[in-house]
Amino acid sequence: MLDWKMDFTWEILPRLLLAAGNTMLAAGGGYAVAVVLGLVFALAQRTRSRTLTFIVRELVEFIRSTPLLLQIFFIFYVGPQFGLRLSPWAAGLIAIGLHYAAYLSEVYRGGIENVPKGQWEAARAINLSTVTTYRRIIIPQALPPALAGMGNYLVGIFKDTPMLSVIGVAELMHTANSIGAENFRYLEPYTIVGLIFLAISLPTAWLIRRFETALRRKMGLTR
Amino acid sequence: MPYLDFLMTYSSRFIDGTLITLGQFGLAALVAIVAALISGLMKMAHSKTMRAIAIIYIEIFRGTSLLVQLYWFYFVLPLFGFTLEKFTVGFLTVGLCYGAYGAELVRGAIQSVPRGQWEAALALNMSPAKRMQRIILPQALVAILPPWGNLMIEILKGTALVALISVADLMFETRQVNNNTYLSAQAFGTALIIYYIFARFMVTPIMRWLERVMARKIGRT
Amino acid sequence: MKHDKRHDLSQYPLRLEGDNVPMVRFQNVTKRYGSLTVLDGLNLDVAEGEMVTIIGPSGSGKTTVLRMLMTLETIDSGVIYVDGEPLTHMEKNGRLVRANAAHLRLIRSKIGMCFQHFNLFPHMTALGNCIEGPMQVLGLSKQEAEERALELLDLVGMADKRDQHPSRLSGGQQQRVAIARALAMRPKVMLFDEVTSALDPEVISEVTGVIRGLVDQHNLTMLMVTHQIGFAREISDRICLFFDGKIEEQGSPEMLLDNPQNERTQQFLSAVLEAN
Repeated sequence: MLDWKMDFTWEILPRLLLAAGNTMLAAGGGYAVAVVLGLVFALAQRTRSRTLTFIVRELVEFIRSTPLLLQIFFIFYVGPQFGLRLSPWAAGLIAIGLHYAAYLSEVYRGGIENVPKGQWEAARAINLSTVTTYRRIIIPQALPPALAGMGNYLVGIFKDTPMLSVIGVAELMHTANSIGAENFRYLEPYTIVGLIFLAISLPTAWLIRRFETALRRKMGLTR
Repeated sequence: MPYLDFLMTYSSRFIDGTLITLGQFGLAALVAIVAALISGLMKMAHSKTMRAIAIIYIEIFRGTSLLVQLYWFYFVLPLFGFTLEKFTVGFLTVGLCYGAYGAELVRGAIQSVPRGQWEAALALNMSPAKRMQRIILPQALVAILPPWGNLMIEILKGTALVALISVADLMFETRQVNNNTYLSAQAFGTALIIYYIFARFMVTPIMRWLERVMARKIGRT
Repeated sequence: MKHDKRHDLSQYPLRLEGDNVPMVRFQNVTKRYGSLTVLDGLNLDVAEGEMVTIIGPSGSGKTTVLRMLMTLETIDSGVIYVDGEPLTHMEKNGRLVRANAAHLRLIRSKIGMCFQHFNLFPHMTALGNCIEGPMQVLGLSKQEAEERALELLDLVGMADKRDQHPSRLSGGQQQRVAIARALAMRPKVMLFDEVTSALDPEVISEVTGVIRGLVDQHNLTMLMVTHQIGFAREISDRICLFFDGKIEEQGSPEMLLDNPQNERTQQFLSAVLEAN
């Protein structure tokens, strides 16, 4: 029934580990896009312009309500129809970055809105300007809870990179598919891919939790 | 080809795909609810074995990708002698994956019920099962519904991946249409809109309605 | 917030002049939340160095008085003056217009406030809380700010806790730090908004003791909202009883508490006394 072949495992492991590097590269690149773009989305919703707030709000909702896989296809295939060719990597990073920017913008907003109203009032009472209030009072308090959310989405983006295989980004899943098709063996490549994901995401999630607790303690937010 | 003609020509494919997506979504949601409830409660159990089983399930499904899980269940599980219909593999995997996320929500919701409620139930000499069933779960249900609404959207989006094991859902049909016509903007754009309408105008309102109904039931309005 | 268009600002002076300029003046101030009128044409003068306590049932608008003065709430009509100058409005071409942010910041610097829930900045130490305003707003050097802060922390008996974060302080200690933080800005008017309401009974005296010291030793103008009638009697120059957004009755503690003229005042006082 179950015949795991060790020699085959050793044969394909280097290739998979190399592909894991690509997976991390894709996750890191996509995350960089998401962190910056998410901040733009979040700040755009805090401006006084109601129209801008409404448009960005709806855009964020739209991105969050539709499958990433579909967004990847859309960005990759629609460009050429209008004469804009994107490489799989570029399309993939844009799609995944845009998708997670929508989520991160909510994390940023939540962090800011979670700071108690009394903090704004106390800042007003000692006459701090709006900029100083954000810089010295609000953001330092918004950051620790937001960092937990940001960390979770870093792990999330990492776990969503296999979807990039569908447009030919040579990350883990794509490589495992190729190995499977070449050798007609799926047990080892898919299982190893699963184990690699576990081996990276579990410790990362744990580290993020530790980091958040340590940060909160360092800032005196908990005993 | 004008968009309206495109829609007329391919509407049946989009409709067929949408129906399959609906089925996948409904069944996956059901699996997720059951899996989340069982594993969430198990994770709070006294028995170490129960807790260990729950933790292994939760961490494996949350630690890997849905797509990896789908491929593994579809290609590898038959080697162990389990052969399932791809439709079944689809909703089962999606449901189990999001059930693992839901387990944490279940646990959080139960823990959000104030300690005094446990103590009051104990003071009435209720059995542990009765306490859970009559006092804690109804209150936890109200607390879990808002985050569960978000999870439902994630489940809906997750079902799009079953297209990659050839379940003929909306995603799958859309790709077929795209491959036949090369009208990518129309094909993928239509699918995006259908998913959006689903999420925004069906799943979310139903969850909101449920939240209101449940809140009223336990007397919080 | 819309200003009442029919509201004629020309009846209000551009600034208060003469011998007896009050430190704070509410002139015909109205505040509404939707259809609910919280304050209805309030007129109230507080003289320099005076300690005025506001009491009244909850929902009578007493906290709103302080919050408007701190510019945490806008007003719907009327004008508030601080130290002779309009706070809610400013002069433009010989007329009063709604104050802009710069004017609000300028006049606001004369006012300090302590809150029911302290609102200390949790990510800063006791000392950090007290030097934040002086350094960021007044532009003091760190050394100057710390000197000033330590003096005040000493005044409120918290100098030994200077390096503690608020989460490590009791409610009474936090409130004392909050008082030091407000004083560090050298306000002319101090506002105390139910500063003992969130405290355990045994630590209330820590905070009232500090306030009593301020009354005795400093020429600060103070407005206080409190439920502690006994404390109010002890330290107030005047007590105002609010009812339904209006001053129902006011006078010296002896007059108001011992010999209330008004039926609603009598009812309120007997209810409060019974509760104690």
